[in-house]
Amino acid sequence: MQRTAPEARPDDEARFLERVRPGNWRNPRPKGLYDLAVIGAGPAGLAAAEHAARRGFSVALVERAHLGGNSLNAGSVPSKAIIRTAHAYDAMRDAGEFGAPEVEDPALDFTAAMARMRRIRTRISVYHSAHDLAALGIDLFFGEARFAGANALFVDDERLAFRKALIATGARPRIPDIPNLERTGYRTSATIFEMTALPKRLAVIGGGPLGCELAQAFCRLGAHVTIVQNNPKFLPREERDAAEILSWSMARDGMEIRLNTTATGTRRKGDTKILETLNNDVSGEIEADEILVCTGRVPNIETLDLAAAGIAADPRRGVTVDEFLRSSNPDVYAAGDACLPLKFTNAAQSSARMAVGNALLGTRQRHDNSVIPWCTFCDPEIAHIGLQVWDARRQAIPIKSYTVMLNDVDRAITDGQETGFVKIHVAEGSDRILGATIVASRASELINEMAVIMSAGIGMQALADVVHTYPAQSGAIMLAAQAYRRDTDGTVRNDPSRKPLA
Amino acid sequence: MGLRHLSDEALVRRLQRAAFSYLIDYADPDTGLVADTSRDGSPCSIAVVGFALSAYPVAVENGWLSRKEAADRTLKVLRFFLNSVQSAAADATGYRGFYYHFLDMRSGRRVWQCELSLIDTALLIAGVLVAAGYFDGDGEESEIRDHADALYRRVDWHWAQNGTSGLSQGWKPECGFLHYGWEGYNEATILYILGLGSPTFPLSASCFETWSLTYQWENLLDRDVLYCGPLFTHLFSHAWIDFRGIRDAFMREKDSDYFENTKSAIAIHREYGERNPYEFEGYCRDFWGVTAGDGPSVPALRQNGRDRRFFGYMSRGVPYGPDDGTISPWAMLATLPFTPEAALSGTRYLLEHYPEVCPGDRFSSGFNPTLHSAPGGWLSEGWYGLDQGLLAVSIENHRSGLIWDIMRRCRYIRAGLAHAGFTGGWL
Repeated sequence: MQRTAPEARPDDEARFLERVRPGNWRNPRPKGLYDLAVIGAGPAGLAAAEHAARRGFSVALVERAHLGGNSLNAGSVPSKAIIRTAHAYDAMRDAGEFGAPEVEDPALDFTAAMARMRRIRTRISVYHSAHDLAALGIDLFFGEARFAGANALFVDDERLAFRKALIATGARPRIPDIPNLERTGYRTSATIFEMTALPKRLAVIGGGPLGCELAQAFCRLGAHVTIVQNNPKFLPREERDAAEILSWSMARDGMEIRLNTTATGTRRKGDTKILETLNNDVSGEIEADEILVCTGRVPNIETLDLAAAGIAADPRRGVTVDEFLRSSNPDVYAAGDACLPLKFTNAAQSSARMAVGNALLGTRQRHDNSVIPWCTFCDPEIAHIGLQVWDARRQAIPIKSYTVMLNDVDRAITDGQETGFVKIHVAEGSDRILGATIVASRASELINEMAVIMSAGIGMQALADVVHTYPAQSGAIMLAAQAYRRDTDGTVRNDPSRKPLA
Repeated sequence: MGLRHLSDEALVRRLQRAAFSYLIDYADPDTGLVADTSRDGSPCSIAVVGFALSAYPVAVENGWLSRKEAADRTLKVLRFFLNSVQSAAADATGYRGFYYHFLDMRSGRRVWQCELSLIDTALLIAGVLVAAGYFDGDGEESEIRDHADALYRRVDWHWAQNGTSGLSQGWKPECGFLHYGWEGYNEATILYILGLGSPTFPLSASCFETWSLTYQWENLLDRDVLYCGPLFTHLFSHAWIDFRGIRDAFMREKDSDYFENTKSAIAIHREYGERNPYEFEGYCRDFWGVTAGDGPSVPALRQNGRDRRFFGYMSRGVPYGPDDGTISPWAMLATLPFTPEAALSGTRYLLEHYPEVCPGDRFSSGFNPTLHSAPGGWLSEGWYGLDQGLLAVSIENHRSGLIWDIMRRCRYIRAGLAHAGFTGGWL
């Protein structure tokens, strides 16, 4: 079979734009009064508009740039495509272990990798294209939105009246106040995928989920990556063991790790960008071809003239909402990154549908972070759902974690993916599951079993009886439940021969 | 007679005496400071001095030092610290009653631009209080008590909170408090107890609770444990405090105590050695002891389909890692007060199969048979004072409970435990 390397197809980008921002688009004439006006057509705005339109409400959807928001254009989708390429390159280096020809230093075709990413983005854009939205009866407006009063907004100069509105404007990369950064030049998650060549040396500022994901991916693609994190550990929202496992994994990849280090300045020396750092009292310099800034996200709310509609907001936290996602204007709701601390696509979508229900359908659903799983897509992936141990302890909830190391799980061993663990956090004195942390190659998939279990209210006793396929990495979840059962029925003894199959 | 042929009692006594003798052999005759390691040019580690001060009474009781000689050595080092430079200057010995982690053996000044260390000061002060508790006579023994009291009282524990409810790990004149705090259970219990017991500059009442809110109670390898990976973290505070039967709020909730917890941690380390998930050479039920210590610093290599990276001096842990196949040969024997059967079984196995890990009857800091840099495996050069000090004291607690008894009577320790919420047992 003849195979050809991936290449950029000229029509990919055109088709993509035709779907997310058609060149010949003409905004519709505004209707008299919309049931729902949605500002922002990212994951939250699209979910809300479609949810409301399918239920027969008149919907106006306003987008100032491209449909799909950060997630499709510069976030989850492109980064996962590139991470997949990075995995492939890493696997080539380890191929010898599996008896396949080992490639010491596989040459990267960066153009091909980026072309694959764009092609994937184009494919996925088909599900929420401008024409599909119009076909659903949604009035789609491209333009800049701002409030014109409590129940009206302007799209550029056009006035739209609404019964209810949803702010779903998302967030953008936060740019830290580092001297000379603008002049030196930098990239963010929004612009990193515009690169046309792999930088030989990449300095990453920020060790949160995005910084770690991109740093590891570009390292595996062959860049010399140095990551600078001003905290003593990566992923401050995750437990220490998970963050440390990631740190060792990144070190194994050859990344230079500067924890507890602050970026204090930048400058240029010829074509080289210099990042100046400070670790306690020790100053240092990192030479790079590109500087990538991943220091969190800030909500996009400045241009909305929220005051005109009586909407309270905080520049860092976004629109102030109550537990029902309603703002200080009772007819205006918010969802997604514009108001939530958990800035993830799945949280944006679920909060948007909930806000629509509360705004138009008379439901009184409370937004609850405790059943929203999240994942950092490094290798290994780090996923979590529910309470962290420290949350429970601060709330005086006695908590115990049942841990299974992946190196005790048969399928993880056969896969050569033994790094990580499954921890299920249980309320002591009961079998109620409060949360789970999973570190595994496919933690993003495994955590969804925990999401189902927790949403269904299944406890550890019942979970121990759920038959899993064998061998499967998800067997670790069953093993944790079986450890719970041994612990609580008094049959625990250190007898390795009693180890169940998983 | 070779170590392998000695009875358990004789073996333990010989190893204890050899460990203790490090603290004499590597002490500076003028300052009384004790070297961090046996290597040429090693500075003093203040924590090793803490163990030395705790071990002098052990030596008296075992007939290795006369009481007068032990008192002389003790007084010398207490005088040194009392008269040392306490200031914010970069080359002082200490500041606010705390001391820099590493000091020049002769001058007693800070070296290596190291940190003003809270935990190492606590280990030093624990030894200071042992001295005060043991030397109950007149004359220079009275002076020992006065000096010890002054040294304890001048430690400004409250300052080290830096206006927060937590504790930093240290301070430097160049940059102030370090960003690192104490997260999760570890060896710092003794630090909190000493800080809470102070009549002069105590830690705030909520400090211990703030720390314990970061604890993780886990069921690991079928054992319940207040988790911390490196083995030494389950041993250090226990060198001074007998945690049998006394419980704080956390341990009351878990119906356990810190002594039992150390036994669980040891069982997990042993089980991990048996399972040996990373297929390191040597690991088995009698070859364990993954902890902080010296290790090989060599480039990574590929071995039997596995990446092998080596971490040098590092705090290693179980089961989450890091683990590079290095164990600390002294660690199994140091568990003697908790699990004597496991301690002796492992120690004998080591002496039988790898006698080179105990040169001069003193255990090396690190041993890695996975790395074949020498026949049998990589071995740390010389000895580390912390290892030897912990062994000398822990073995004595197993044999006679001497240090535990002294510290049970220490009013500062009792006050600190009370303020941390400990009740029951000998309290």
